[in-house]
Amino acid sequence: MTKTEKLIPPVRDPRGRSRRSLGIKIFCLMFLATLAYSQVSPDRLLKSSKEPQNWLTYSGDYSGRRFSSLDQINTTNAHSLTAKWVYQTAATGKLETTALVVDGILYATAQDDRAFALDARTGRPIWMYQHQLPQDIRPCCGRVNRGLAILGDKVFLGTLDAHVIALDSKTGNVIWDVTAAEYQKGYSFTVAPLAVKNLVVIGVSGGEYGVRGFVDAYDAQSGARKWRFYTVPGPGEPGHESWAGDSWKVGGAPAWNTGTYDPGTNQIFWPTGNPAPSNRGEGRAGDNLYSNSLLALNADTGKLNWYFQFTKHDEHDWDATQVPIMIDSAGKHFIAQANRNGFFYVLDRSTGKLISATAYGKQTWSDTKDSEGRPVAKKEASPTFEGHTVCPGALGTTNFMAPTFDPQTNLFYVTSRDQCDIFSTAPQPYEAGHAYYGSAYFPSEDGEPYRGFLKAIDPSTGQIMWRFEHASPTWSGVLSTAGGLIFTGDAEGNFIALDAASGKPLWHFQMGGAVYAAPMAFAVDGKEYVAIAAGSAIFAFGLP
Amino acid sequence: MRTFFLRQCFASAFSFFFAALSYGQNPLANDPKAAKAGEYEFRINCALCHGLGARGGGRGPDLTRGQKVHTHSDAEMFQVISNGIPGTAMPANGTNGQGVGMTDEEIWQIIAYIRSVEVKAPAKPMGNAARGKELFYGDANCSLCHMVQGKGGRFGPELTEVGGSRTVASIIDSVRNPSRRLAWGLTEATKEFPQEYETITVVTADGKEIRGVALNEDNFSVQMMDTTEQIHLLEKDKLRSFKKSRESMMPVFSPDVLSDKDLDDIVAYLISVGAK
Repeated sequence: MTKTEKLIPPVRDPRGRSRRSLGIKIFCLMFLATLAYSQVSPDRLLKSSKEPQNWLTYSGDYSGRRFSSLDQINTTNAHSLTAKWVYQTAATGKLETTALVVDGILYATAQDDRAFALDARTGRPIWMYQHQLPQDIRPCCGRVNRGLAILGDKVFLGTLDAHVIALDSKTGNVIWDVTAAEYQKGYSFTVAPLAVKNLVVIGVSGGEYGVRGFVDAYDAQSGARKWRFYTVPGPGEPGHESWAGDSWKVGGAPAWNTGTYDPGTNQIFWPTGNPAPSNRGEGRAGDNLYSNSLLALNADTGKLNWYFQFTKHDEHDWDATQVPIMIDSAGKHFIAQANRNGFFYVLDRSTGKLISATAYGKQTWSDTKDSEGRPVAKKEASPTFEGHTVCPGALGTTNFMAPTFDPQTNLFYVTSRDQCDIFSTAPQPYEAGHAYYGSAYFPSEDGEPYRGFLKAIDPSTGQIMWRFEHASPTWSGVLSTAGGLIFTGDAEGNFIALDAASGKPLWHFQMGGAVYAAPMAFAVDGKEYVAIAAGSAIFAFGLP
Repeated sequence: MRTFFLRQCFASAFSFFFAALSYGQNPLANDPKAAKAGEYEFRINCALCHGLGARGGGRGPDLTRGQKVHTHSDAEMFQVISNGIPGTAMPANGTNGQGVGMTDEEIWQIIAYIRSVEVKAPAKPMGNAARGKELFYGDANCSLCHMVQGKGGRFGPELTEVGGSRTVASIIDSVRNPSRRLAWGLTEATKEFPQEYETITVVTADGKEIRGVALNEDNFSVQMMDTTEQIHLLEKDKLRSFKKSRESMMPVFSPDVLSDKDLDDIVAYLISVGAK
């Protein structure tokens, strides 16, 4: 006898109270069962591979690999893809969101901290939430947002005025709203949070303002902060000695892109950004820990297990905030990152030990490695007042564009660019809430034109297996699918499907606006869709 | 009491500041400290296009010139820095996506800096504008490809405003070394890079070779103009070959082809038109 059967009382009177009571109970049970299913439990997030029709985290799953095991759309039929719907957000600027999809509902964000839910089959809106921002916010790099996290019956939004907000996933109503930091001092959130267990993990932006970076975890139910890890250690903490004088107080090291979670070791891997001021090392002598690093944090406590610093004492704004991807091979557990500094790194994710670092784009800042194999900066790569040319430029070989790892080809795919800049210093005193670059950079007028690529890297060797050159550099992320496809977008507004094995383009669609977002895939009613944001809209594609 | 007094002082200071703002006077005018702070802000936010020292960078105008195309008063300059110039590469404050927006105070600092480096009495154009006009539309053949005030060819960039927005040095450089910096063409909303006047050579499926300049291009299509001003709209996968070059189709006008004096006259003409 099932639990449900036990609960059904005997029918005494077909027209009486018991019959009505039975009906109500059955309704309640169905309602509860529906509710339980529609809620995204921590267990569902852990086992997201069992429901490939849904896209439950920023990168699709905890590994960060942005791979969909859906294969209905594949190399044999991709040429026939068509647009299924378009949702116009009416927002202006750069749309960087990756949508989530849960059981037929798509959740995404737009500029100025707008969140919305759509019917994933039609693109028709179900609800919209607009966060009311203060007039005096001055976020760096566009009023952008990269997406939501979902857990239970809530979606979670980080805002440009440094709030973390839980919204009811059915209505968009605010359930809780906490202030994480003072936006007046340059703190903000642009990142898609990551839900882990009963926590919402989020990293702060503001490296251009001399913030003291942190990664926070909030109780998903109440909004209470459970832990905070400062990415710049305070007095008495290990790593504090890597900052000269009081420079740590305004040391930057933000954490503005989404990390990953390894349930096997209960570790969160979260990448960090540039030390402040971003392009002037004078006054902050030392390695400037934990800027430009990958942090391995205990998910329950936020305690640091290990770190790996990609660029020590950075003077070129080479944030290491690119999404790290966990890769398992031959019983070994790795984590790989295509870094903004032009090197592709593979680490042992149990220890943080460097396995390999290989240049995957044009770089001139390093031609030697230290005893651990880490690229070492040439002295002459430091910016000067007069300025001189260094590759990659300030925007990096890659940036926030989400990469993908395809377990079928065992290749790591990343958007990259070859671009050099003239770096010059511009001394600036620190003033709370004001830009704190200490530098300026310019394109070299006589330099080579900028070139943009999609590159397929073999993580075991660092070798580039193929590359697709774009007409101009793009900011689009990349998706791989079990259909043998890679999806990406370009700066001219094309959404493109390529053969994952060869890099040959198989299909494209002109969306009419530059792509700054990363694609994702989902299925509803047994039909696969691929979605991406471009221009001011979100587009969904499927087979005819 | 002291707190109250301080509050009053701050309130007065703010009133003054915002009154100045609303009337468009720079509250930091002639303040050397503000100009110095503005120099650093300028390096960070503006020098990318306007060059170090505000002398123009080939993309943005030389701001040391006393006479500017889009701004005359401090108030106009404040508006242009705040809101950008629609249809041009000049973005609104904080919207270029690669940096932090400036506060009103920082914008005034930049204006104080620009005023401090302006050359008050603009250098007298070296050439003869009237003769330059004759050359432009005559023997120098500029107008075969370039249009000024609605008259001339379409193949090259339109030059009506170039004299007001580019430095003399960069105009001369474009004539003497046209491939060194290709001119910018179409700018698309939210796209990072404008289209440049690259040279495109294609062979169509039926074997016809077409050579011209790119009007626009993406990964799969190209829109180009040939030397007869015909527009060709092409899909790359239907072409036999597609080649792109940064060797400009603008001929190199070396001093033996166009003398320094003739060039000075043409530049004087462009400045006389662009400054209007």
